[in-house]
Amino acid sequence: MKRTFSERLALLSDAAKYDASCASSGSDRRGSKKEPGLGSTERSGICHSWTPDGRCVSLLKILMTNFCIYDCAYCINRVSSGVERARFSVEEIVWLTMEFYRRNYIEGLFLSSGIIRSSDYTMEELVRVAKVLRLDRGFRGYIHLKAIPDASPDLLAEAGLYADRLSINVEMPTETGLTQYAPEKDSIGIRSAMGHIRKKMDATKEKTLAGRRPPRFAPGGQSTQMIVGADAATDQDILSSSSALYSDYRLKRVYYSAFSPIPHASQALPAQKPPLLREHRLYQADWLFRFYGFQFQEITENRPDGMLDLEVDPKLSWALDNRAVFPVDINQAPRELLLRVPGLGPRSVKVLLATRRHKTIRLDDLERLRVSIRKIRPFITTPDWRPVKLIDRMDLKSLFAPPPQQLSLL
Amino acid sequence: MKEHLVSLPDAAPFSLWRLHVRPLLAAGIAPEHIIWRSTSEQDDLFSQPEPPPETKTATSQTISKDCLRFLETLLCHASPERFSLAYRILWRSRRERALLKTGTDPDVVMANRMAHQIGREVHKMKAFVRFREKTPQGSNMRHFVAWFEPEHHILEKAAPFFARRFSDMNWMVLTPKGSIGWDGETCVVTREACTRTIFEDEAEALWKTYYRSIFNPARVKVKAMRSEMSPKYWKNLPETELIPEMLAQAARQTW
Repeated sequence: MKRTFSERLALLSDAAKYDASCASSGSDRRGSKKEPGLGSTERSGICHSWTPDGRCVSLLKILMTNFCIYDCAYCINRVSSGVERARFSVEEIVWLTMEFYRRNYIEGLFLSSGIIRSSDYTMEELVRVAKVLRLDRGFRGYIHLKAIPDASPDLLAEAGLYADRLSINVEMPTETGLTQYAPEKDSIGIRSAMGHIRKKMDATKEKTLAGRRPPRFAPGGQSTQMIVGADAATDQDILSSSSALYSDYRLKRVYYSAFSPIPHASQALPAQKPPLLREHRLYQADWLFRFYGFQFQEITENRPDGMLDLEVDPKLSWALDNRAVFPVDINQAPRELLLRVPGLGPRSVKVLLATRRHKTIRLDDLERLRVSIRKIRPFITTPDWRPVKLIDRMDLKSLFAPPPQQLSLL
Repeated sequence: MKEHLVSLPDAAPFSLWRLHVRPLLAAGIAPEHIIWRSTSEQDDLFSQPEPPPETKTATSQTISKDCLRFLETLLCHASPERFSLAYRILWRSRRERALLKTGTDPDVVMANRMAHQIGREVHKMKAFVRFREKTPQGSNMRHFVAWFEPEHHILEKAAPFFARRFSDMNWMVLTPKGSIGWDGETCVVTREACTRTIFEDEAEALWKTYYRSIFNPARVKVKAMRSEMSPKYWKNLPETELIPEMLAQAARQTW
């Protein structure tokens, strides 16, 4: 019996929820006031809702189909899973995207799919959705396509014409992890597709010899995702993987997805709650790399087991391990050093740099900026404050760490 | 020196405030000698207000563009403090050129905070407006109406976004602080209060199906959700009525 539209929507969005990305940012800015059509993109994305898992809903994130010929252990849609299957037609996805967009529910579409028949066939169908949206419907909202790694380069090139962002998931932080859990996927194929996308994006920045601009290619860049906690990779393994991904393929984002138990799970996987705090710490480390000028290596080099401290955030943890750097003079230190001070973020650093050109900053100035004085005090000096011995205290960490909790008996 | 009383309506826009401010500034009336009142307040304490002072000379007051733009944003705030704060900043920045860059000055801290709240609400309005279809028979354009309840006077700021995005539809955003309308060609913003209208839209059922299915019950983080999507917006979002049921179901699952 054929399922209703609504039933298929439920199945195909349920199947898509393990992809963490829902970003709609970083593309070129465009509107539809001057040309016929619908939609616009803003430089910073918009989250239109949040679900009780604390994640934002920015895009209509669905699978074209959850049928799949692959058997990746961590995936709810693998061929050996007992999950119900469904498929949307190109026209159905286009219609739903347009109707949701008109009601301001979403910024656009994030379309992914299980692999059916062949990689090329699947990729062709995904590209067709984007093409119909752009060319037939004049849709100027955001489109994120999940690229199929083994699809032909021509199809990837065509995808980049219509999509704002392309992504390919590396899935596992290490190659061993991938071989173990996703036997049909190979990390060389994934990486060569990412390299191909990068080359295409780089090419749009240069004019050809004839002075022509190459065609548009995924102006929102590419991103990827790694599953955390399914295999034995340490945080250090994960972050060094990220480091390579950011520099080799110039990714916009690496997403970390705490492995979440799935219905019909493979026996090979841990049936436990997703390691959400660990995932959070990895995002914080990623943030330090992208906005605070940290190298990934420094973040984990002093961690004995290669794991980030779960008790305190990675920036504070780094500061506690590198006390010789502190205290930092708030009125003299360069930007890079201010960004290393626990309790200061890029925004407050910006205000401090602008302000100190006109006046000397004192402790109560910091308080007015709503900087946590308790947190920042051991690490800074101002004309009216010097942390006598505080920075040398052996138990400094205990001033920040959460109070110990009694272990649960169950 | 006598106090000057300036009465402005609650929803006074920047342009009106500016008209009142020009003569005061030209006459050199210091901020501490001005009392700002909203006309909705009871008029009994100061029954004999000082008339606006006459402009002696057309003293040219050069105010930087950045400062003006900043004050214009500040005037979108709903706080009755905004009139006096904006005047104080205007007054002081004539002598203290770097005032707005001194991010730790108490007036600037307060103004920056208010500007931040306005920016945040504009952003949330772009996110949380929900259009419902109401296309009249025979119309060649699709018609949509939304109801939204902003705290601040942000409609002028949010209007260009909606006009840029939903250009091929005919739509209205109605709010207690005014409305934005678009007929396919022109965008009209008013400050006249509207009344709440709610009607059915069939697509909402699909949206709710999507919202329910994209939620991962293995990773409940209610605090994160509430900090980004404040419950004050919930009553006008069709999907949020599902939250209690979704949480109850998640609690029953064992992993």
